[in-house]
Amino acid sequence: MAEAVDLKAIGTRPVRPDGVEKVTGRANFGADLNLPGMLHGKILRSPHAHARIKSIDLSGALAVDGVLAAISGEDIPGGGDLGDNVLANEKVLYHGHAVAAVAATSAYIAEQALDQIQVEYEVLNPVLSIDDAIADGATLVNESQHTNGDTSQPASNIAAITKFERGDIDKGFAEAAVVAEGEFRVPTAHQGYIEPHACTATINEEGKATVWCCTQGQFDVRSMTANCLDKQVSDIRVIPSEIGGGFGGKTTIYLEPVAVKLSEISGRPVKMVMSREEVFRATGPTSATLCRVKVGAKSDGTITAATAWLAYEAGAYPGAPVGPGCMSVLAPYELENFKIEGHDVLVNKPKVAAYRAPGAPQSMHAMECAIDDLARKLEMDPIELRLKNAADEGTIAPYGPQFPAIGLRACLEAAKVHPNYTTPPAEGQGRGVAVGFWFNIGMQSSAEIRIAENGAVTIMEGSPDIGGSRASMCLMAAETLGIPYENINAHVGDTEATGYCNTTGGSRTTFATGMAVIEACEDIIAQCKERAALTWDLDVNQVDWEDGQAVPKPGVNADVKPLSLADIARSAGRTGGPLLGRASLNAQGPGASFSVNWTDVEVDRETGKVDVMAFTGVQDAGRAIHPSYVEGQMQGGAVQGLGWALNEEYIYDANGVMENAGFLDYRVPVTSDMPMIDTQIVEVPNPSHPYGVRGVGETPIVAPLAATSNAVRDALGFRINDLPLSPPRVLAAIDENE
Amino acid sequence: MAKVHVSTTVNGQPMDVLVEPNDSLLDTLRDGLGLTGTKEGCATGDCGACSVMLDGRLVCSCLVLGAEAEGKTIDTIEGVADGDGLHIIQQKFLEHAALQCGICTPGFIVAAKALLEREPNPDETTIRYWLAGNLCRCTGYDKIVRAVQDAANELASPA
Ligand code: FES
Ligand code: FES
Repeated sequence: MAEAVDLKAIGTRPVRPDGVEKVTGRANFGADLNLPGMLHGKILRSPHAHARIKSIDLSGALAVDGVLAAISGEDIPGGGDLGDNVLANEKVLYHGHAVAAVAATSAYIAEQALDQIQVEYEVLNPVLSIDDAIADGATLVNESQHTNGDTSQPASNIAAITKFERGDIDKGFAEAAVVAEGEFRVPTAHQGYIEPHACTATINEEGKATVWCCTQGQFDVRSMTANCLDKQVSDIRVIPSEIGGGFGGKTTIYLEPVAVKLSEISGRPVKMVMSREEVFRATGPTSATLCRVKVGAKSDGTITAATAWLAYEAGAYPGAPVGPGCMSVLAPYELENFKIEGHDVLVNKPKVAAYRAPGAPQSMHAMECAIDDLARKLEMDPIELRLKNAADEGTIAPYGPQFPAIGLRACLEAAKVHPNYTTPPAEGQGRGVAVGFWFNIGMQSSAEIRIAENGAVTIMEGSPDIGGSRASMCLMAAETLGIPYENINAHVGDTEATGYCNTTGGSRTTFATGMAVIEACEDIIAQCKERAALTWDLDVNQVDWEDGQAVPKPGVNADVKPLSLADIARSAGRTGGPLLGRASLNAQGPGASFSVNWTDVEVDRETGKVDVMAFTGVQDAGRAIHPSYVEGQMQGGAVQGLGWALNEEYIYDANGVMENAGFLDYRVPVTSDMPMIDTQIVEVPNPSHPYGVRGVGETPIVAPLAATSNAVRDALGFRINDLPLSPPRVLAAIDENE
Repeated sequence: MAKVHVSTTVNGQPMDVLVEPNDSLLDTLRDGLGLTGTKEGCATGDCGACSVMLDGRLVCSCLVLGAEAEGKTIDTIEGVADGDGLHIIQQKFLEHAALQCGICTPGFIVAAKALLEREPNPDETTIRYWLAGNLCRCTGYDKIVRAVQDAANELASPA
């Protein structure tokens, strides 16, 4: 692994290569593409949260002037649950579930035509909460769903139960001098990306489709769309636009098969763009949860046992992120005795999608609140208590593997002496601390490096750039090749233009695609050494690559001038043809990232409003390639977490209709709600990456939930278990306690 | 529905466009004139991604009808860099990494420029309240506020 002192490019903060396009309005996002002859597609959505579809009659819509195609669920033949979510078949499973679609010459005509579609429903009782879903005799969201697929048991809304256990919890709790426990609810929250889902599709007479869309993963869009339409992946080309935020929510599909099908029927390109209301009602969100946790410690603070019972709403189809919720809930701690049980619960709400560290914020909110209570009972500093029990290199994580080098301890040590921590909160304010964690993933990536005749470098890779990753690719290439950052550009290719890459998600892009870029650069260096050896009539073993040039190895007797990348590129035609480097890999060892957050809040006892006065995040980045974008991930994740802690929630009426499907009422933090978000990057290099990178994107959203709860606890003198800590909830709790 | 003919001035150039009576100014700019730098995040006036200047006033173009642009002057993100390179605010957004995905960026830049034209030396609170109508889900606002502060400083005392 390269030593920090050797690094020239990595750790600097240059302007991103796609920056000018993005500050001038030139960059093309999902809704920015228009094609000649294009139609506009619109979706008819269910007015019921739970109903059987008795019939659908599209003829009224097709009779409208300007309508060229109309489809319903039977036109999306494959895809299983995904296909059923794209267009419902037998039942509608949540309010806003897509039922039919039309394409027309204008968006207005398409919208009017939706009113002409006749759907007959048999309305069923909606299942709207975990408590209702798991109650005896509950209405079933899916009559053929059995827990863990066990058909010997009656059908259930609990799609799956996951367990992790070690040691003897009774013995552990018997050893405890103090115990903290509680039941905590976290509401449904939406990723809230500012760009609504959008796509344009066209299909030719040979059945070859092209789809332009905003996505975190063009290859996943390709396979999912192919699946839904019973096509081959090779029948579909997916061209990713720039993406206006995703946070996990753009790792799945909603519109693409519909647009392709409408295009197939109409013979015209079809564009579909969701409204913000559709985004709220029918995409994303992440699970509402109910978590019961208990943790015990000896009087010196050593944790002896912990339990966690978790239930996560999956929405209408199985797949809540309760597995990662279970795996993360105790990840920061070394302890012998624990029992974790997670439930994936069906309800009549939108199918959940990944949201930044999916599942971890909810379960860790519960546990980190309990740990805070434990610290109070022990009269210990909350950072000291965590240091006492912190997982470290060699710890067997509760979910199985043994941690390699991790940075939790380093983060806690850094936090303990941070001036923002050693200075007490201002008079009347409360402070809360919490720890965050995310596994991160590796997976498959490909990269190609092309060298132009003047030595300029083009990186072609397949990971949509959602927050500056082109800059980090260029920095890693500059470091590896030994050339200036300015000579390098990075492009995100479509499914035909670049090798396979897994989706931008799991904080994998800088780690895994970065690793592919580094290996592709090494391929270029190997080729350049060969070309230089050929030019100099030396053996390739006699050539070195130093500071972006081929040079004879020390001791080799050759009277030659070093050959730069540009020199070699210029004469490449004479030495074997253009320089083209490539690498593909399945990256292992992504390296978990830990964080410590603390926040100071002020609570207005008249209104119940909580103001965030200060926030500090400390996080292990392994190695920060572009520190500004690492800080940006920490700050953006913190503010998403603070929004969830303080205000964000889906509010449903008794019929399962979301009552706040817009940014006015689903209130995400705005500039004036927030203070500056202080950050400190800790670097405990990941042994599995050439430069020590760990993913950083997801961990930052985890700790702010509990940090905020703990700060409000500190300010008020009593705990409010549930989120959000919105003015009505806080005010009610104040009234009750005073 | 018959379309309406609108004559307007966009980024200093006279333009003619046909609009549906219920098209917003945002639709007119994006679909009628092909100026897709102005973004739609909500179409209900809540996100500021569609910020433009209408006769010198900052507005959400999704809340204005296209037909209302008749005889008016409109300035959009496409007109912010005036041919001599980037505007100082654009430059500072880049230097401070004040954008991640970049979908909110055109709106923030148009709004920040309007602020600095009115109030060349705003304090942090003024910046935060002025930009409170622009949502950014990626950055947590910290670097945006710093970029605007830095742009204000540089405009006050050009290096
Ligand atoms: S699109 Fe106009 S304010 Fe959101
Ligand atoms: S940079 Fe993505 S919304 Fe602001």
